[in-house]
Amino acid sequence: MPTTTARKLTMARAISEAIGQEMARDPRVLIWGEDVGVYGGIFGATQGLYQQFGGDRVMDTPISESAFIGAAIGASAEGLRPVVELMFVDFFGVAMDQIYNHLAKNHYMSGGSVRHPVVLMTAIGGGYSDAAQHSQTLYSLFAHVPGLKVVVPSNAYDAKGLMVSAIRDDNPVMYFFHKGLLGLGWMPSDDWAEVHVPEESYHIPFGQAHVVGDGRDLSIITIGAMVPKAMKARELLQHEGIAVEVVDLRTLVPLDRNTLVDTVKKTHRALIVDEDYRSFGMSGEIAAILAEEALDYLEAPIRRLALPDIPIPYSRVLEHAAIPSVNAIMQAAHAMVE
Amino acid sequence: MESYVSMYRTMCLIRHYEDRMAEIYTEGKSPLFSIAAGPVPGEMHLAAGQEPVAVGVIAHLRPDDAVTAPHRPHHFAIAKGVDLRRMTAEIFGRSTGLSHGKGGHMHLFDPSVHFSCSGIVGAGFPPAVGAALAFQRQGRGGVAVAFAGEGAANQGTFHESLNLAALWKAPVIFVIEDNHYAISVPKAQSTAIADNSDRARSYGIPGVSLAGNDVLAISEAAAEAIARAREGNGPTLLEIETTRFYGHFQGDAEAYLGADEKAQWRQNDPIIRFRDYLLAHHLLSAEDDAAIQAEVTTVVEDAITYARQSPEPLPADSLTDVFAEV
Ligand SMILES: Cc1ncc(C[n+]2csc(CCOP(=O)(O)OP(=O)(O)O)c2C)c(N)n1
Ligand SMILES: [Mg+2]
Repeated sequence: MPTTTARKLTMARAISEAIGQEMARDPRVLIWGEDVGVYGGIFGATQGLYQQFGGDRVMDTPISESAFIGAAIGASAEGLRPVVELMFVDFFGVAMDQIYNHLAKNHYMSGGSVRHPVVLMTAIGGGYSDAAQHSQTLYSLFAHVPGLKVVVPSNAYDAKGLMVSAIRDDNPVMYFFHKGLLGLGWMPSDDWAEVHVPEESYHIPFGQAHVVGDGRDLSIITIGAMVPKAMKARELLQHEGIAVEVVDLRTLVPLDRNTLVDTVKKTHRALIVDEDYRSFGMSGEIAAILAEEALDYLEAPIRRLALPDIPIPYSRVLEHAAIPSVNAIMQAAHAMVE
Repeated sequence: MESYVSMYRTMCLIRHYEDRMAEIYTEGKSPLFSIAAGPVPGEMHLAAGQEPVAVGVIAHLRPDDAVTAPHRPHHFAIAKGVDLRRMTAEIFGRSTGLSHGKGGHMHLFDPSVHFSCSGIVGAGFPPAVGAALAFQRQGRGGVAVAFAGEGAANQGTFHESLNLAALWKAPVIFVIEDNHYAISVPKAQSTAIADNSDRARSYGIPGVSLAGNDVLAISEAAAEAIARAREGNGPTLLEIETTRFYGHFQGDAEAYLGADEKAQWRQNDPIIRFRDYLLAHHLLSAEDDAAIQAEVTTVVEDAITYARQSPEPLPADSLTDVFAEV
């Protein structure tokens, strides 16, 4: 990350800046969704865009998600490049057919003749008692469907560069921002995500994991809001003489398999940390890839730490027990290097 | 049906509850609306000002009639007779809560009075149709009522449910609570026609629009719709105009509201208007009113104390209840 001038931005600001710059650069880019206009997005990811670009390019929609997400399919086929926000990933159920049977498949079913340059962006994550219908991450669900790219930034710098790539991509991109990284005053937020963000436009290619902390004893492979948690655990473990390497995947689709294999070649131990449900998801997929491609380098069984297979509970006590914490990461790491 | 005074008391109970929740919600929060902190974390959608909708309709329901409610559920829950102690304990995330702390304010379930709600907009319509189907098959003369905001009337589930219910002649009432806004988006910017009740015509069922946030007018229209459903004549759509006294959620800066929109709503308080009506018609005395205010205060404080004194759940409890035990 370049750190010449220190213009720190929250992740929410970085996202709206990226969208604004792309809108200024390309008149085909426009955005719609619930409360993205005057309100600036419930999570501030569209702040200032309505004032800058007006109501024809920044459109508030009715609560008709099947229609306004599906509309991005036709609009993109006919030459627009829509960015569509739906507040929480938990709400996507109502529009899933448009996404998983159409947006994701049309390019393939049309033999490559139809393109959908669409970004669907949404907030993910729990940890603030919003319960089972407002706290999920669900990125694995979308990564499971062929034809969707899946982006999960962990900090403001990546958020901007990945959003620029998402908008310029000719494929549908699911862009997930974690509520606990956005730098909102009313939501607990990890300062780690608020970093220097250059004003000028730049992009970060998909499929390039980032080794955010290097080490030789153990690799923690993770994404999104679990990256800063893993980094905190890394710091604490360092005091005990355990050197942890932390790999931020940044995108699930495409997935950077090389970096996964390389890190395990180096540390011989892999702990996968995931805020999504444990079964049939990201943690299982990565474990499978390591088993297929790096088994010979492993000196200990792969471990995974994820949300147990339960809906996310409301009560603080219950939720904290469920979502992987710095402490839980430390414990898992200890068990592996003993 | 409940007496007018009883309806008035329920409205006062709801108002007092919501006002106390607004206060409690800020406890332990610094900055003021930090969502994760305090005894009541998470989102909080309050229904003060919207009491007439819940009370006017639910006054005609039996305990075994079903209600599905949206993300702003307290007024419906209270009117339906959900146990206030257990509901409050749930909102405080305690082990004595309706769901032992697993649900919270947007996910209140009380099967003993056939009440449920959801945080997903438009989610309550289809289950209400299904409950109505069950009542039809069981021949017990029950009805189901789905309550939702005007924003939810643009959701696919609304239109699909109206058609299905009409087709099945299901004993269900769809009640749209038009509080003018869906978060920041005014109705005129989300809805292609002025009155959602007109949409009933597309499905061949009666549709009624009620302006004024007037509990007695609501009660009258609801009585007719519910009687119609009980007699086997199928669904009705009611759209009821009402006013939201707090923000969309606690912490909403409401920059999207007109200059004195909120003040006007508050000035036209439906509880004050109903009280004045009851006083003028000698159905209530000033002493009765004072007694009601004192009584609802006691009831609400009792529920809050119960919640505060209840134990937290144990961390391991998070793993139970995923599946029913056989
Ligand atoms: C499917 C879905 N989309 C969006 C949301 C986010 N959301 C929660 S409440 C709300 C506005 C609802 O407006 P309305 O139905 O009028 O009810 P009100 O809040 O005014 O009572 C929105 C958009 C949601 N919870 N579920
Ligand atoms: Mg509304």
